[in-house]
Amino acid sequence: MQREGSPWQGLGVVVLKELSDHLSSWRMRILEWLVVVVAAVTVYAAIQQIKEVTAEDPFLFLRLFTRAGGPLPLVALLSFLVPLVSIGLGFDLVNSEHNQRTLSRVLAQPIYRDALLLGKFLAGLATLAIGLVALWLLIIGLGLIMLGIPPGSEEVARAFIFLLVTIVYAGVWLALAMLFSILFRSAATAALAALGLWLFLTILWPLLLQPIANVITPNGDILAVLNTQQILARVSPSALFNEIVAVVLDPSVRSTQQSMFAAMGLILIERGAIPDAPIPLFQSLLVVWAQVVGLVASTILLFVIGYIAFQRQEVRA
Amino acid sequence: MSDNLIEARNLTKRYDGTAVVKGISFSVARGEIFGLLGPNGAGKTTTILMLLGLSDISAGTARVVGFDPVREPLAVKRRVGYLPDQVGFYDGLTAADNMRYMARLIGLGPQERERRIKSSLEHVGLADVADKRVSTFSRGMRQRLGLAEILMKDAQIAILDEPTSGLDPLATVELLEAIRNLKQHNVSVLLSSHLLERVQSVCDRVALFSGGDIVLMGTVPDLRRQVLGGEFPVEVEAEGEGLRDRLAMVPGVRAVEATGPKHFRLLADRDVRPEAAAAVVAAGGRLYQISDLPSLEMIYTRYFQNLSNEGARHAA
Repeated sequence: MQREGSPWQGLGVVVLKELSDHLSSWRMRILEWLVVVVAAVTVYAAIQQIKEVTAEDPFLFLRLFTRAGGPLPLVALLSFLVPLVSIGLGFDLVNSEHNQRTLSRVLAQPIYRDALLLGKFLAGLATLAIGLVALWLLIIGLGLIMLGIPPGSEEVARAFIFLLVTIVYAGVWLALAMLFSILFRSAATAALAALGLWLFLTILWPLLLQPIANVITPNGDILAVLNTQQILARVSPSALFNEIVAVVLDPSVRSTQQSMFAAMGLILIERGAIPDAPIPLFQSLLVVWAQVVGLVASTILLFVIGYIAFQRQEVRA
Repeated sequence: MSDNLIEARNLTKRYDGTAVVKGISFSVARGEIFGLLGPNGAGKTTTILMLLGLSDISAGTARVVGFDPVREPLAVKRRVGYLPDQVGFYDGLTAADNMRYMARLIGLGPQERERRIKSSLEHVGLADVADKRVSTFSRGMRQRLGLAEILMKDAQIAILDEPTSGLDPLATVELLEAIRNLKQHNVSVLLSSHLLERVQSVCDRVALFSGGDIVLMGTVPDLRRQVLGGEFPVEVEAEGEGLRDRLAMVPGVRAVEATGPKHFRLLADRDVRPEAAAAVVAAGGRLYQISDLPSLEMIYTRYFQNLSNEGARHAA
């Protein structure tokens, strides 16, 4: 049955309202300061270390993101903190409308539910993007001032792609948090469910990988088991993010399996390749294209599941 | 276009096979106040949500301002104002900001928006708290803010779900007054309530709900005639000589029963209150009180008593 009118009517209004809510909320300020302070300290520590090896590295600027000055490099930190911020932003997007009893009032205006849901998601994503862009600029600025050398064009391009990927990564977790905010009427339950899943995927799942891979790989030699392990690991968006970032921010990495093998003392040898020689940006992108698509696809999938659930929900509390 | 702004025919809602609204039909004319009355859980809110296109219709048809709420919900929602049961607002925003958001969703331009927000807040007496956060508002203020939103929308129909529930008596009177005002703006009002007494005074016509069905519909006097038949009980509290006989002689009175030293219960076949009062005074008696006409609640209760009596008779 055909509905009259555009499903996007009122989308802009919803986005602006939600965006202003987020940007003026204390919750968002706390989350963003958390990220900015932790990240700034991490990068500062990294810079102190990088200064000592300035001369020999052609991709010095990218080391800002990947070199660990303190306990963790920036990318690992973001892979951990970004989900936390996304969940913090998204866990009560929809159920707060139910609990404040504003949903039926909003939906009694001439808009479809589509506009409300998409508007909430886009506003959340925009908020995250604003925070991440600010962080990114801060890091580049710190690098410029403290290292005293300008980044090359390829470094800027790679850093920019890293920024985009981080925003998509934030989108996955935002879509997940929003899905839970649709499914659970209580905001606390939704937050716990989202945080629980996040902890499971980042802490428990990596521990479970090896035993599961051992069991389900038929007559496995070690390489086959490792392969299964990596495939299983990719269930977690964090694993996909880490794989992408490792390749995009380090031109010398030419396969997503390289670090895994390196950890076992193996070197991936390709025919005709010079070990450790940098590969062009386009080649790096090709290596992780599937992972990028995977992140985007899981965002869309989670959003669609939430969309269907929301459309079927009764307006009444 | 017919003059009926709302037309429902055989409207039905089923959840998992159980019917919550069972094929009801009614219509609301332009400028009419129509009450959907009945106990909680009788299907009033579900009916309202179906009319607004916020809930799917399982069977039957509805036309609201000439549009089909299923296929053309936006057209319906542009012309209908809705005040939900226990209306909620964004507590962190001011009253005016809450209304600005709705005005933007409706698609009003900036100047028109501010003008309408100002005038409608004045209309419901909230102009001086326009820039206060809604979290500081009382229940009655929230309800009136909800009404202001309907005024701002310039709606042709106002649908109010339990507008008086949880309000103190004064706030109720103010709200009912505001609802009458809507009628003067030529707005049709569909309101639901489980408090029959409170709203019967504002409704032109009512539909009494029970178990998802409309059991009675019409004006309050109509219903009185339908349900009570020729019986009009009138309680008289008066003091004087031979009042009982005097009252019995009033035309239309069939029986008089003395229920206390000064209390008489008349059974009449029409409204005999003026004649009864005149009779008491003519006999030199002192009239203290004469009862109201049977209320809607009494009609409603009586209707179900009649039903169960009939049921008992059939069973016997």
